Amino acid sequence: MNFILDHYNYWIVVFLMMTGFYIVITANNLVKKIVGLNVFQTSVFILYISEAKVSGGTAPIVTEGATLYSNPLPHVLILTAIVVGVAVTAVGLALIVRIKRAYGTVEENEFKKMDDAI
Amino acid sequence: MSDFIDLVLLAMLALTGLRIIFLKDLFAVVMLFGIYSFLTALIFINLDAVDVAFTEAAVGAGISTVLMLGTLALTGREEKESSHSSILPLIVVFITGAALIYGTLDMEPFGNPDNPIHKHVAPRYIEDSPKEIGLPNMVTSVLASYRGFDTLGEVVVVFAALIAVLSLLGVPKEGQQKAPASGLKSHQVLRVVAKLIISPIILFALYVQFHGDFGPGGGFQAGVIAAAALILYALVFGLPNAVAVIGPRFLKFMAAAGVLLYASVGFFSMYKGGNFLDYNKLAADPVAGQHYGILIIELGVGITVFAVMLSIYYAFGNQVERSNIQ
Amino acid sequence: MLEQHLAALPILLPLIAAPITLVLGRSSFSWAFATLISACACLFAWQLLALALTNGAISYEVGGWPPPWGIELRVDAANAFVLLAVSALSTLVLLYSKDSIEKEIEPSKHTLYYTAHLLCFAGLSGILLTGDAFNLFVFLEISSLATYTMVSLASDRRCLIAAFRYLVMGTIGATFILIGVGLLYMSTGTLNMLDLANRIDIAESGRTINTGLAFIMVGVSIKLALFPLHMWLPSAYTYAPSAVTAFLASTATKVAVYVMIRFIFTVFGLDHVFGSMGMDLILMVLAIVAIFKCSYKATVQSDVKTVLAYSSVAQIGYMILGISLVSATGLMAGLIHIFNHALMKGALFMAVGAVFYRVGSVDISAFRGLGKQMPLTMAAFTIAGLSIIGVPLTVGFVSKWYLVTAALEQNQWVLAALVLGGSLLAVIYIGRVLEAAYFQQRPESEKTIEIKEVPWLMLAPMWVLVLANIYFGVDTSLTTEAASSAAEWLFQNNEMPLGNQAGAE
Repeated sequence: MNFILDHYNYWIVVFLMMTGFYIVITANNLVKKIVGLNVFQTSVFILYISEAKVSGGTAPIVTEGATLYSNPLPHVLILTAIVVGVAVTAVGLALIVRIKRAYGTVEENEFKKMDDAI
Repeated sequence: MSDFIDLVLLAMLALTGLRIIFLKDLFAVVMLFGIYSFLTALIFINLDAVDVAFTEAAVGAGISTVLMLGTLALTGREEKESSHSSILPLIVVFITGAALIYGTLDMEPFGNPDNPIHKHVAPRYIEDSPKEIGLPNMVTSVLASYRGFDTLGEVVVVFAALIAVLSLLGVPKEGQQKAPASGLKSHQVLRVVAKLIISPIILFALYVQFHGDFGPGGGFQAGVIAAAALILYALVFGLPNAVAVIGPRFLKFMAAAGVLLYASVGFFSMYKGGNFLDYNKLAADPVAGQHYGILIIELGVGITVFAVMLSIYYAFGNQVERSNIQ
Repeated sequence: MLEQHLAALPILLPLIAAPITLVLGRSSFSWAFATLISACACLFAWQLLALALTNGAISYEVGGWPPPWGIELRVDAANAFVLLAVSALSTLVLLYSKDSIEKEIEPSKHTLYYTAHLLCFAGLSGILLTGDAFNLFVFLEISSLATYTMVSLASDRRCLIAAFRYLVMGTIGATFILIGVGLLYMSTGTLNMLDLANRIDIAESGRTINTGLAFIMVGVSIKLALFPLHMWLPSAYTYAPSAVTAFLASTATKVAVYVMIRFIFTVFGLDHVFGSMGMDLILMVLAIVAIFKCSYKATVQSDVKTVLAYSSVAQIGYMILGISLVSATGLMAGLIHIFNHALMKGALFMAVGAVFYRVGSVDISAFRGLGKQMPLTMAAFTIAGLSIIGVPLTVGFVSKWYLVTAALEQNQWVLAALVLGGSLLAVIYIGRVLEAAYFQQRPESEKTIEIKEVPWLMLAPMWVLVLANIYFGVDTSLTTEAASSAAEWLFQNNEMPLGNQAGAE
């Protein structure tokens, strides 16, 4: 029982990650694919921040009377990763806009038929 | 109590995620993603990661969602039925998930202060950074100083996104004649409210920029907020008017200047005999040096992020206006 | 002063030059500036290799913070060797770009192309030199974003789909690496690679660490296009502008191979990955399937760029095969092939780009009769093609020689035979192009168009690579010395103290 209480947080996060991953692989619409990528990445961020949590601790900003702080390093890493994520999203969406202009559709099974692309 | 909130929020996230899988209305999908992002930000607050929560709310629920909506305006809001089977993806996802669950079995209990993750590197940040760097916000200390090279990389990633979007979509031309349909100018209430709140937003951005040493915030969040103020302006008064205020050419210079400002701090510390980005060498007193260094690099981050976010919005907004005219 | 910062300069130069290039605006200025910067970085890489060969590993503490608290750049013979190849190729491709890009990319985007190239180069250098697992992820994303941009610059609309697919696959790969690094950090409390190696405790948290290992390996395998995760590569290489393909094919995947080497040898340790996890067998099987399946696919394609793209996936198979042999010779063969393959594929894709420049198509039928009309280009293609096949006196032979030697060392006769069998398939796909170029006539309808040799600025870098193919095929002292000392160094499993400041004096 204790084991479940200690780990349920991670298991839900794994479930969330896989939800995002599933959307990326199966979505037919390219915008939805990008949403899936974002869900996938956001869930990984929750994993990192869960790692950083210290029970009974406080946010890593020096406060009087506080003795326990949560770990600031994962916070820093995820700040960077969030920014990387939005950069990739912007590029992906820009590509989608161009694909729409070139093919007239953003559904994967439709433009696949239009070119003999490999 | 905090564990209970955590559980409730995670359950809501799971529901949101599942709903996204089955929805075919993309507008709803994007909105649900915005909710997903906001819920995540709440979890981050609950887990004591205030800086991250701030950024997630501004970026995930803010910028990303706006860009996705802009794209939907161009591509249509219905997902069509796909023909390929969903068995293989399900197997791949199942195996990946099983591997991760297997990995969690050896994980230390959630929140235990004795976990190895809290033992080796982190104690120095917590115990010594207030003395070594002189800032109460440890996240800023680690971000800007101990791992300043990562943050330089992050700024360059943002810059790279600008290059990509410029090459794919181009930017609106300056001095274009004003399109009549542009913006929401006919809505008197919106105009007045927008005029009222734009300057406080910019003021708030400046506060976040320079207060990041003490509380949550910093260059990245400030840049996003300042960009949001101008995006609001562009939405209400039309893209050509916003372009007239700050043109895309100027933004391009700003984006480059922010990266160069950041790097120049590094080169100056090299000139002073230290390693790249060694702020201790910037002033006679190492702590003062750290302070100057962090102030300038955060400014560089803020400038680049502001310029890039606004340029990206211009590029998307321009596409939408073009398709509206046609 | 220069000496002290030598380890950081190959990353910093292009990183800083990229925003300056964007501001320069004019196409010719930005070309000259980018080429100059790249050449300087190449010079520094050369010095860095010399220093690493004489002094051993060099550590550079960014920000003056000692590792594991700060980020450390760590240069040894292995990554300095790959960096030299990457920076040399970057410089040559930039020289080649000027004319090639003018033909294939619209003028308003030239500056953006050169900026993206520098960003990509900076990202690749960062991946190679950093000693920090998370910093690697950041640089990976810099190079990836720049790569997506460059692929999407072509005028064929199919490049957009190729770039999008590459973006989705690449981001999944990067996210897998992020998950893996998170799991490792969770169970060790550190991000520094050397520190990780010391603190990984299989007995205590083996399942978490093994999962981390698996995720990092899958993520890196997507980036290096290991079969069957190579789906993004053929279309990206086929539809990208020629200069971009020449650069990516000769650098990006090689850097990912090096990342795999680094994680296996430096972080997780040989005994664990190959001993208890049995990863060597998986890699070996995938490598062999890659060699045969993709070489076969290369023989049936009609677009020559696609032929060479599939050939690239097969050649990556050879590199992974070398690693999977778990011996110093095998690893050395892998490292040599990283360098050599950069020389061959760089030259081949440049030659194909030259054909596109004049003929406007790279279908195999477009090569008919070119042996007479573009003799220098086709001669370059022939020599580099012979090198891919592995004919003596070319670098391809050197790679194959060490690979076969490594297989025979372990009495793996079948494996040695398979390596040679793969070369036979290369004979077919290179032979088809050569047959069209030398033994077929140009169709009458196209005879009216006069086809000349390409400008010298395209020919010169191509021929530098071709001559390098021959030079390093005859005089193997530099490559073997660097690769063998790198392999030995990786094999000693470097029990070096953190923050060793050798070379900083």
